Amino acid sequence: MAGHTTQLDAKTLWGGKESPFQTSYGKLMMWFFLVSDALTFSGLLIAYGFTRHDAQDAWPIGEETFNSMPFLGHGYPLLYVALMTFILIVSSVTMVLAVEAGHRMDRKGVTNWMIATIIGGFFFVGSQAWEWSHFIHGSEFGKIELADGSQAIVKGHFGEIKNFTVIEAGKHHKVGEVMKEDLMHEFQHAAEKGHLEGGNIHFADGTVAKINKAKDHEMKLIIKKSGSKHEIGSTPITGAAAEKMYYEALYSGEANRVVYGANMKQNEYGPQQYAQFFFFITGFHGFHVFSGVMINIIILIGVLGGTYHKRGHYEMVEKTGLYWHFVDLVWVFVFTFFYLI
Amino acid sequence: MERDDLIEYSLHNHHDEATGKSIRKKIVQVTVLLTIITTVEVFLGALIKQSSDAWAYVKWSFIIMTLVKAAYIVMVFMHLGDEKKALRNVILIPYAIFIAYLIFIGLWEATEVSSALRSFGF
Repeated sequence: MAGHTTQLDAKTLWGGKESPFQTSYGKLMMWFFLVSDALTFSGLLIAYGFTRHDAQDAWPIGEETFNSMPFLGHGYPLLYVALMTFILIVSSVTMVLAVEAGHRMDRKGVTNWMIATIIGGFFFVGSQAWEWSHFIHGSEFGKIELADGSQAIVKGHFGEIKNFTVIEAGKHHKVGEVMKEDLMHEFQHAAEKGHLEGGNIHFADGTVAKINKAKDHEMKLIIKKSGSKHEIGSTPITGAAAEKMYYEALYSGEANRVVYGANMKQNEYGPQQYAQFFFFITGFHGFHVFSGVMINIIILIGVLGGTYHKRGHYEMVEKTGLYWHFVDLVWVFVFTFFYLI
Repeated sequence: MERDDLIEYSLHNHHDEATGKSIRKKIVQVTVLLTIITTVEVFLGALIKQSSDAWAYVKWSFIIMTLVKAAYIVMVFMHLGDEKKALRNVILIPYAIFIAYLIFIGLWEATEVSSALRSFGF
């Protein structure tokens, strides 16, 4: 970089003194590591591309899957990931400012910008934890298997469950009792097991209760697996028809007609590989971010202790900076190929 | 241990306040650019459906915008643009060749596998 003007000629180059790259050993090795790590991530994203290209229309669409915001509910397509991207870009900027301060031997500047970078990193890891939790728990509607064997994801506003009124007594409940706790959890659990029948919920102790639920709004069924009647890529089913088909399946009393959220076996968003790629790619990236934050903290301790100041240069900050920017770089690609396209 | 037969390149990276100021200015400009590109991407992604006719153009514009972002991060934030040309080439060229090849193979095979599976009724 700036300031170095040694003439490169055959004598100095091959005499063992001058490096053809004019950069230190540590920085060069960091670059080589990043190239190999970049190949790993490219391999993952290309494997994702392969599977997605192969699955075609059955594959979930980013803006349909990721449309929630913390505290605000859903209906905000891609905003949250955009926010995460922004956080990571900003923390990359604070990192490059720390490196710049290091080049001026400004110890206070390096300290402040490093702290800002670490905070940004924690925010990102936290956001990813929220995103994972949301992905695993899934939506209120889930994915439903319709009468003709086709599968549809469901969009819209879920009408709140007010209470369950017991109509048939069981071991623990009397007729007329009104249940008000843990309704959503009980409801989804019963739906998966096929314990919802004709608007009633059946409990393990023999209790039968009537479900008191507000009306849903703007329901939309998007077919993700073809059946004998509905095909992938057909126009989404809306309105009263959608509600009728959805509740016919949900209240059929059959198990496994609905899937909520995601796990390693099935997910409500699309093909099984989708969730696996989500967990692996964002998980591997998140692991990189977490390691990056830890490394940044170690370097910050070094900065605070004056180690690098005594050494006469802040190249350690520059090297961790390279790693941190790389993490941002990978996210730029994950954002485009996993969420946008 | 100090060795006078080796050049300590780490010490060559220092700059003064004036240079620092111009570097910081560039960092701010790149930040603004990256933010604008991300905002445009999110708006396009939210507004234009994958089923629409314009989607093919949107998809390619996403890829181009991503490459522009990546280039700015690598060249400015990671200072690869300030390194020797030899180092830049050693890092970028092998990577680009491998990846171009892998993308080609990946997508080509996906199309073939997909059509094979469909012709056997999967």
